[in-house]
Amino acid sequence: MAINKAQPDIGNYKYGFSDDIKPVYKSQKGLSEKVIHQLSDIKNEPDWMRQYRLEAYQIFKDKPDLDWGGDLSQLDYDDIYYYVKASDREERSWDDVPDDIKNTFDRLGIPEAEQKFLSGVGAQYDSEVVYHSIEEELDKIGVIFMSTDQALQEHPDLFREYFGTVIPSADNKFAALNSAVWSGGSFIYVPPGVKVSYPLQAYFRINTENMGQFERTLIIADEGAEVHYVEGCTAPIYTSESLHSAVVEIICKPKSRVRYTTIQNWANNIYNLVTKRAMAHEDATMEWVDGNLGSKLTMKYPSVYMVGERAHGEILSIAFASQGQHQDAGGKVVHLAPNTTSKITSKSISKDGGRATYRGLLKVGSGAANCKSNVVCDALILDSESQSDTYPYIEIDEQDVTIEHEARVSKIGEEQLFYLMSRGISEEDASTMIVNGFIEPLVKELPMEYAVEMNRLIQLQMEGSVG
Amino acid sequence: MQHQLTINNLHAGVNGEEILTGVDLTIRSGEIHAMMGPNGSGKSTLANTLMGHPSYKVTSGAVTFDGQDLIELEADERAKMGLFLAFQYPMAIPGVTMANFLRLAVSSVRNNGTSDSTTTSLIPMREFRQELRQKMKKLGIDEAFARRYLNDGFSGGEKKRAEILQLAMLEPKIAILDETDSGLDIDAVRIVGESVNQLIGSDLGVLVITHYPRLLSYIKPDHVHIILGGRVVESGGWELAEQLEAEGYDAIREKYKEVDLDTKEQYTNTVPANV
Repeated sequence: MAINKAQPDIGNYKYGFSDDIKPVYKSQKGLSEKVIHQLSDIKNEPDWMRQYRLEAYQIFKDKPDLDWGGDLSQLDYDDIYYYVKASDREERSWDDVPDDIKNTFDRLGIPEAEQKFLSGVGAQYDSEVVYHSIEEELDKIGVIFMSTDQALQEHPDLFREYFGTVIPSADNKFAALNSAVWSGGSFIYVPPGVKVSYPLQAYFRINTENMGQFERTLIIADEGAEVHYVEGCTAPIYTSESLHSAVVEIICKPKSRVRYTTIQNWANNIYNLVTKRAMAHEDATMEWVDGNLGSKLTMKYPSVYMVGERAHGEILSIAFASQGQHQDAGGKVVHLAPNTTSKITSKSISKDGGRATYRGLLKVGSGAANCKSNVVCDALILDSESQSDTYPYIEIDEQDVTIEHEARVSKIGEEQLFYLMSRGISEEDASTMIVNGFIEPLVKELPMEYAVEMNRLIQLQMEGSVG
Repeated sequence: MQHQLTINNLHAGVNGEEILTGVDLTIRSGEIHAMMGPNGSGKSTLANTLMGHPSYKVTSGAVTFDGQDLIELEADERAKMGLFLAFQYPMAIPGVTMANFLRLAVSSVRNNGTSDSTTTSLIPMREFRQELRQKMKKLGIDEAFARRYLNDGFSGGEKKRAEILQLAMLEPKIAILDETDSGLDIDAVRIVGESVNQLIGSDLGVLVITHYPRLLSYIKPDHVHIILGGRVVESGGWELAEQLEAEGYDAIREKYKEVDLDTKEQYTNTVPANV
């Protein structure tokens, strides 16, 4: 059968792929079964994944819109590209990149090549060299670290065993969307007893696929394994695609330890709607370190389901909401086994009319005896235009538990400011110093270079905020 | 180099109430002054007004530093000119280490001339660490102290040490020590006394504000002033302090009955904080 290269015949397309003729795929807006078929074809996926996607798409269509959370009324599902091949990405002119983005790059000292890449001016960033040397080391200890697409091809059984087991398609509307059109993301498997001594970073492998809108990450820490994964970077990421809806699933087998760190600084036109969840088995520990600085609207509640005895879950969340931003973040801890412990620490800052929301769930199931949980949410509001809300949900179905919950709201104290200023520190520097002190519990947990960048970003955000 | 802080007929207050009713005082490099008075006489108000606390408003009078008006300047500008206040109740700044705070403070004060840039350029870390270590050693402060969060969870004595360390690092020209309540804390009195003596050279001018004569056995003032009803009613030498120690405030109150009546009225009616 002939394939017209100038105008792809969608009907014949899925049969055409198995021939040696390379199909021409044209990026198009909107979502449909056709788009999903194309996507699966290009990726050369096994049938079960194609089916999975199609079913998820149906679920996505059937699920009603959210009746809580941020304002999604401006989001037009038909006006979005759900899959764009790297080579099709329009190259943007450097002149079109907004000034404040360029300014942030300069202040963070980002090298020129990276700057061009992060703002969509260049299609590819060559970090291959770094990645390959890490790959060799990891190979020696049996650790798998590759893109999720690649893992589906190279480790199909392992993949299928765990994919979708933590976050099923039906979990929520955006998990369904991601399940239908996911592309890119990281797949990590750490064998029993192996402890990876340095953080694995998505940034090693950065390319347009990884900064995709619908990343799907799957991390499996086998018994006694330890790994720290760092997602994202503090540099602003500017794309024209306005919807980013990722899914992260993590399985912590008995006695394993996983930490997942995110610093998100998406540009201010982006909706960042993410489902992140970990299953912690017996004696396992899961830690989420979640920094939200960018985006127009972020809705993200990293969760830990403690399903094995003595499991421990921790969520450390920071949200900084500036002008035109709404950070709706927090975490969920679900105790489903006895003697489990959890801790949520949420710090939010709002300024220049920004809105920071804490939304959290603390749930203890019946039978989960002798659990302990501690939740602290601290909000700092820097001026009278800004807003902070707290929606803590607590559901306890067990008598024998110890729960502590604290919520505080404050502004920068006049006395604190005066004290710092009386030592010669300018009002702006003093405010920045107080804000940095406020988020110190999170910054302390970041790898060094992220901590430095984080402090610089806060300084940038605080500049010009003092009238 | 000689420096001078001149206070001229200073009237100031808080929440619309006048507390300072015409203070006159001059402090020069190398001089040690003590300001003493009973509760409600205006001691802490004077300290806070001199440093530029936003709640305290000057209604009339003048304060100059080396001839330059201070009243229009913000607290950080006054610090850059060389004024320092050791607080009675220093604020805690959680999450900010003593070391980081000191580095920014010292850099800000020494950077006085470079007001063009929006970011304060910090003293190089190595240089700063060396200096900090040296001064902490001189004051008998453990190095680990620098890693603690500023005044967060500090005991009374530790807060005093932190204030003195800042004084040592910032090297001000005129220092005001607000020791209004310290008489009750023997440790605090000793720490302040011993350290300040170490730091007092021929350059530093000091104003110690205190309720209790006991502190002055550690820091011997050249000039003693008595404040009552928001103004200086008597000035003298060391013998004035000895007299107060012996007679208490009753004799002074009796002597300046009218002034004292003003204070009593204000104190019972409004009870301002930390007067």
